[in-house]
Amino acid sequence: MIDVTGIYKTFYTTHKVEALVDVSMHVDRGEVVVIIGPSGSGKSTLLRCLNHLETAEKGQIVIDGIELTDYRTNINKVRAEIGMVFQSFNLFPHMTVLANVTIAQTKVRRRSGSEAEKIAMELLEKVGIPEKAGVYPSQLSGGQQQRVAIARALAMQPKIMLFDEVTSALDPEMIHEVLEVMETLCREGMTMVVVSHEMGFARKVADRVIFMDEGRIVEEGTPDKIYDHPEQDRTKAFLAQIL
Amino acid sequence: MRDLFYNVKVRHSLSWSILVLIVIGVFFGIGKATEKIDYIWQWNRMPRYILFKDDITVTTEEDGTVKTIEGKGNVFSITVKALDGGEENYALPASADISVEEGDDLYAGDTLGSYKKWRVGILLLGLWMTLKLSVISGVLGIVIGLVTGLARISSSPAPKWLAISYIELIRGTPLLVQIYIFYFFIGQVFNLSSQTAAVLALSFFAGAYVAEIVRAGIQSIHRGQMEAARSLGMNYPLAMRYIILPQALKRIMPPLAGQFISLIKDSSLVSIIAITDLTKAGREISTSTFSPFEAFFTVAALYLILTFSLSMFVQYLERRYAAGD
Repeated sequence: MIDVTGIYKTFYTTHKVEALVDVSMHVDRGEVVVIIGPSGSGKSTLLRCLNHLETAEKGQIVIDGIELTDYRTNINKVRAEIGMVFQSFNLFPHMTVLANVTIAQTKVRRRSGSEAEKIAMELLEKVGIPEKAGVYPSQLSGGQQQRVAIARALAMQPKIMLFDEVTSALDPEMIHEVLEVMETLCREGMTMVVVSHEMGFARKVADRVIFMDEGRIVEEGTPDKIYDHPEQDRTKAFLAQIL
Repeated sequence: MRDLFYNVKVRHSLSWSILVLIVIGVFFGIGKATEKIDYIWQWNRMPRYILFKDDITVTTEEDGTVKTIEGKGNVFSITVKALDGGEENYALPASADISVEEGDDLYAGDTLGSYKKWRVGILLLGLWMTLKLSVISGVLGIVIGLVTGLARISSSPAPKWLAISYIELIRGTPLLVQIYIFYFFIGQVFNLSSQTAAVLALSFFAGAYVAEIVRAGIQSIHRGQMEAARSLGMNYPLAMRYIILPQALKRIMPPLAGQFISLIKDSSLVSIIAITDLTKAGREISTSTFSPFEAFFTVAALYLILTFSLSMFVQYLERRYAAGD
């Protein structure tokens, strides 16, 4: 489903930052992969490369048989098949919750308004807040906003979902409600790449955990292997810090 | 005594008295200054340039006889039978003084009656011209500014550098010079009227400033909004149209309105290319009455009415938008 081969990414801000160095990974259909690592390790950059919000400099990214790194690829078509949820929700503040979930359906998928609304209501039901359809995002709690953001991404009926530290900006008591929605998605067989430090979540549903540091994949394996029997010193040091 | 000074009420009333003293001082100073140069105030000359009662005389067009004078509703209808047999009808308002009677013989050009009618003076005509030029240029300026602003943030070099050159060219040269160029060069080449030249000059002038406002507005929208829109598969124009611009436009309403208020004031410069706007009207009055003080104080007051009511309206809008956020 996702094939990444030898990608590089360098940022030039105040100084040169090598965000990704020769990163390769593979995700099968229906697989759930959790990426962990210290801040600045390149995990978010890797995730953003997967839907071309960042452009990899070298190497190859193939999503569902389509090569992202080929300049002839219509990136908008690929993105429509990849849902993404952000740390800062990024809901559209000038639209109601319902409009947030229908806008891409009608403008990109070209569904009729009533069809889009029907799908949107089903999804809001699924994430547990159908009663908030008519309100604006600013009137929702962080957890509710993030669930709307998930519903918005799901409305495109994507084949892959990317989650970029989606619980990091939430108050502790709201993390649970968001993780619950994500677990449901896992059980339904969604292909997911998740950047997250939620170990409980990873142990429960992840097929594989990838540990990244300084732009490189240091170690990967089942949750048990990474969390309980890490081989690399850097992995051990990182886990010692977050546990 | 000290306690009294620290009392807020006392300090405020003291402050009010100082304000009143300053205002009185300013008016006293103006009075003294005009006294010193032997200026005679003639404010009574001004109202007629805003609204005046015009005497209108109705005269016959052909030799003939007054056949009938009828009052119909609120008009007099005078029928004159001409010598060659034809009949002419003249209508006068009920307030008119009729100076003929039925059966009178008349020559062409004789007075049938006269009445007074309210007319707008040159100041109001000028105000209307100023408003008209500002509104047309404002609308065109917003269109130009929107396009240029979008071009300015484009990653493609051609639109980006065209936009930058245009903005810098306009913002780096005086409006007065731009008006001259539009009037004497572009106006001559394309055979434009002075009004068209003025509207074009003001539009391109406003467009450059609006472009910067639009650019700042778009860039003030959090980057995550564009990323979220693009991650849903929207292309750049769709994301701009439905996600970024609606948020940005709401945010740029106040500076845009401020720019429009500036445009009203800047439009006074078009008076140099023979357009009778508010400023030119003031100059004409000052030359014909030899009362430049009254003329330009009146002109200033009229500009102020325009700009002040607009800025009040903008404040009202801002409050309403703030409530809707």
